[in-house]
Amino acid sequence: MWFGALALMLFAWARSAPAILTIEITEGAGAGIPIAVVPFGWKGPGQPPQPIADIIAADLARSGRFVSLSRKDFVSLPTDEKDVVFKEWRIIKAEALVIGSIAPAGPGRFEIQFRLYDVFKQAQLAGFRYTVGAPVVRTVAHQIADVVYEKLTGEPGAFNTRIAYVTREGTSRPKEAIYKLQIADSDGYNPRTVVRSVEPLLSPAWSPDGRRLAYVSFEAKRPKIYIQNLADGRRELAAEFKGINGAPAWSPDGKRLALSLSREGDPEIYVMDLATRKLQRLTNDPAIDTEPAWSPDGRYIVFTSDRAGRPQIYRMDASGRQTQRLTFEGDYNARPSYAPDGQTLTLVSAVQGQFRIATLKLDGNALQVLTDTSLDESPSFAPNGRIVLYATEVKGRGVLASVSADGRVRQLYRLEEGDVREPAWSPYNRELQY
Amino acid sequence: MQMKLGLTILCAVGVWLAGCATDTSTQGPQVEDKTSAATTSGDTGTQALDGAGAGKGGALGGTAADADLLAKRRVHFEFDSSALDAENRQIVDAHARYLAAHPNLKVTLEGHADERGTREYNLALGERRAQAVGRVMRVLGVNAGSLTDTSYGEEKPLAPEHNESAWALNRRVEIIYQ
Repeated sequence: MWFGALALMLFAWARSAPAILTIEITEGAGAGIPIAVVPFGWKGPGQPPQPIADIIAADLARSGRFVSLSRKDFVSLPTDEKDVVFKEWRIIKAEALVIGSIAPAGPGRFEIQFRLYDVFKQAQLAGFRYTVGAPVVRTVAHQIADVVYEKLTGEPGAFNTRIAYVTREGTSRPKEAIYKLQIADSDGYNPRTVVRSVEPLLSPAWSPDGRRLAYVSFEAKRPKIYIQNLADGRRELAAEFKGINGAPAWSPDGKRLALSLSREGDPEIYVMDLATRKLQRLTNDPAIDTEPAWSPDGRYIVFTSDRAGRPQIYRMDASGRQTQRLTFEGDYNARPSYAPDGQTLTLVSAVQGQFRIATLKLDGNALQVLTDTSLDESPSFAPNGRIVLYATEVKGRGVLASVSADGRVRQLYRLEEGDVREPAWSPYNRELQY
Repeated sequence: MQMKLGLTILCAVGVWLAGCATDTSTQGPQVEDKTSAATTSGDTGTQALDGAGAGKGGALGGTAADADLLAKRRVHFEFDSSALDAENRQIVDAHARYLAAHPNLKVTLEGHADERGTREYNLALGERRAQAVGRVMRVLGVNAGSLTDTSYGEEKPLAPEHNESAWALNRRVEIIYQ
């Protein structure tokens, strides 16, 4: 239902208009809070710049926590407080109601209002007004979805965020493969290419302010780490030491980068001060030490090491001391990263040769496997900690997938052609360019 | 029972690998394997390397047995392992003897992993495999300066399929004459 509506969308300012990731909910749809999102009133000429109600309804339905009620059952289409008759919404069993309007507010600008109601209590739960430029209208719609989500579930939403991922086109002819590091809104819209290469790209990592991406590129025929500014595309080479330069991870304050370098022979974890470029070596073991990730408070770094013979997860403090092994189940646990609350890790865990996504509770080290496929990798938490996004394979093609932390809701993100992999969920988008 | 099954699978893989190696050797020592060239190099600047490699690598064969081994420019590994079995060790030894006798030649050892597991760990694993081959070569008298190692991890599979035989083929070190 929402899918068709999304397909009609135009993106006026997408530069090279790369292929769009389509997202479908594969498990957990049809359950949740019944909500009616009424088409927003449009007080200008022609068409409104974006179908705001469609964007909100799709976000909410995709979360698996809401059922967006069908518009054809609506008795009326109120756009203003005075037109709301709660009885009409009780009849169609809506528990919540969203209404709003959008109107031109000067050249290229729009005023958007919305209200959220509890139908049974007949009470307004939220009401906001935004005046924004045209490119931000979709962002406002996602922000409204976040407000609705939070008011009704008690947890912050993560709709007004972006995802980064790597696409690979030309799957059948390896020599002609094109790799693109792309970013898109959390619903797959507004995709844009950050960097394009005929050599592999991997391990994109968002800076905590969401303005930069660090990533690994083979464009020089060996792995080097680059940092790229998303606003203007400027980039710098962050690490090109002898050997592997891999696995970049930003410190929570954005001032340092943890990375894995094999400059002294075998991969070790280092921390680079981004202002001075000074390196501090944190591990010292002839094994593979890689895939560092910081705890949200910046006190710890978790990483993958095969120092005990097989890859397992370890944690050390941010100066490289007090190293402690965290995983003991199974013979392959790798690529850890923290949930935003710092209490849980997500990681790749092999169970009888099947590579799956798991979470590890740091209090008690309980490992919970969330997926049942076999080539899962690159998991990361959404900034609200409710969803784990990862890469997997479906019918020989690379796709992204997500699973709610409770395992109930699952989604699949795919491209019409080619592979998509290496997802990374952005931090919260704290700024709205009014 | 378990044991027996395991052995059968090992043999099957062994036979299969031998078959694959034969494929390569039928092209003779003068010709660099095109599959390898296609997947280990990018869009630019690679043809010249291949040509040079083929010329130098194939110009002198030593013994006939060595010539056969020298025609093989790829060695393979078990999952999450950088150990060379006897068959693959022979190939490395032959290249080592050849390189020790031709100290002016340079070789890149390019390590690869199969797609299972995580990309960054596989990048490190590919490097470890390349280093393992380089270590054997140095022990046999090859100048450290003749050897460069690099890793593509799981990023450049030879076989795109997602099954055991593709994975066995993709876990490799390419011996690339510059």
